[in-house]
Amino acid sequence: MANDKSAARPLSPHLQIYRPMLTMMMSIVHRITGMGLYFGIILLVWWLTAASISDGYFDLVQGFFGHWFGRLLLFGFTWALIHHALGGLRHLLWDTGRGFDLNLIEWLARANLAGSIVLTLLLWVIGYGVMA
Amino acid sequence: MVEFALPQNSKVQPGKVWPKPAGSKLQEFRIYRWNPDDGKNPQIDSYHVDMEQCGPMVLDAIIKIKNEQDPTLTFRRSCREGICGSCAMNIDGTNTLACLKACDEVEGAVRIYPLPHMPVVKDLVPDLTRFYTQHRAIEPWLKTTTPEPVKEWKQSHNERALLDGLYECILCACCSTSCPSYWWNGYRYLGPAALLQAYRWLIDSRDEARKDRLDNLEDPFKLYRCHTIMNCAKACPKGLNPAKAIAEIKKLMVERLL
Repeated sequence: MANDKSAARPLSPHLQIYRPMLTMMMSIVHRITGMGLYFGIILLVWWLTAASISDGYFDLVQGFFGHWFGRLLLFGFTWALIHHALGGLRHLLWDTGRGFDLNLIEWLARANLAGSIVLTLLLWVIGYGVMA
Repeated sequence: MVEFALPQNSKVQPGKVWPKPAGSKLQEFRIYRWNPDDGKNPQIDSYHVDMEQCGPMVLDAIIKIKNEQDPTLTFRRSCREGICGSCAMNIDGTNTLACLKACDEVEGAVRIYPLPHMPVVKDLVPDLTRFYTQHRAIEPWLKTTTPEPVKEWKQSHNERALLDGLYECILCACCSTSCPSYWWNGYRYLGPAALLQAYRWLIDSRDEARKDRLDNLEDPFKLYRCHTIMNCAKACPKGLNPAKAIAEIKKLMVERLL
């Protein structure tokens, strides 16, 4: 009897209804950026491999990274790298048993996000400055 | 495998809009309904309550709805003062106790669902069998090997103070069912509530089974599915911090290797 009922029991809504909160979003973004880094590393390896193959192929890859689309990918890669690294620092703090106060959690999440955006922009401003 | 979408039989449909009562200060309540006997999918019913004639808390409002509009509305409640943990549900997007959540904290309609990602028994009543089994799995009782003292197991004031922020847990399940890791891996991950209790016994100065307790938790899923998402600490209606307790367990795991 009980089994007949439980088999038909619906699953209550979860992601569909839970209030999206910054801390929760930052957790999933940490994962997404982490996966993005695999892709970014492939770009780096492609560039290094090209350098070892031939001048012509290297120029081709350089050209790709010089194109606006290539630059956009690199911009995303640097942001993901910095964002994930700062997120890693948060996790390092938590691993020591500190940083769990609710207000601090909120502050850390915001600092992580703001920090990654500012540092990425700064890096690219410096990058373009060096090239100019 | 992680299922982000709801199964077919769980998809929520629009439901009945109940007639508005008279009154000048009406507030709407959109409540998840599921009846095991009618073979239909869950639905959201809409009720209105005159807040001039109702107590301040969400529990007051749903009791009023049950008394005056719809006696079939089903939910758990008992103490109505935040100590029994029965009326845990998802209100306005976060898990909390209906008796501690004020209606005027919510802007617009008050959306009420059962605790997330749980099998529903009826309406706002989830099946907590697995949750209780997990609590039992951490063996939440004093375990000793030395002979029992004549009078009592003694504990200093400082040792006792270590249990503050842990013993107050009322097992309402707000934290565990707020946790995405628990949603996706609830069969293998113990969840914040059970782990907070695990830590409560790990640091009890009278307990002599720390090694066994840690051995029991040393597992990729039971403990380490916690990714410090923090929904648990934000949801706890008692203001406890399961995320911190879990971090302390992870620290004990490291410390015993050093």
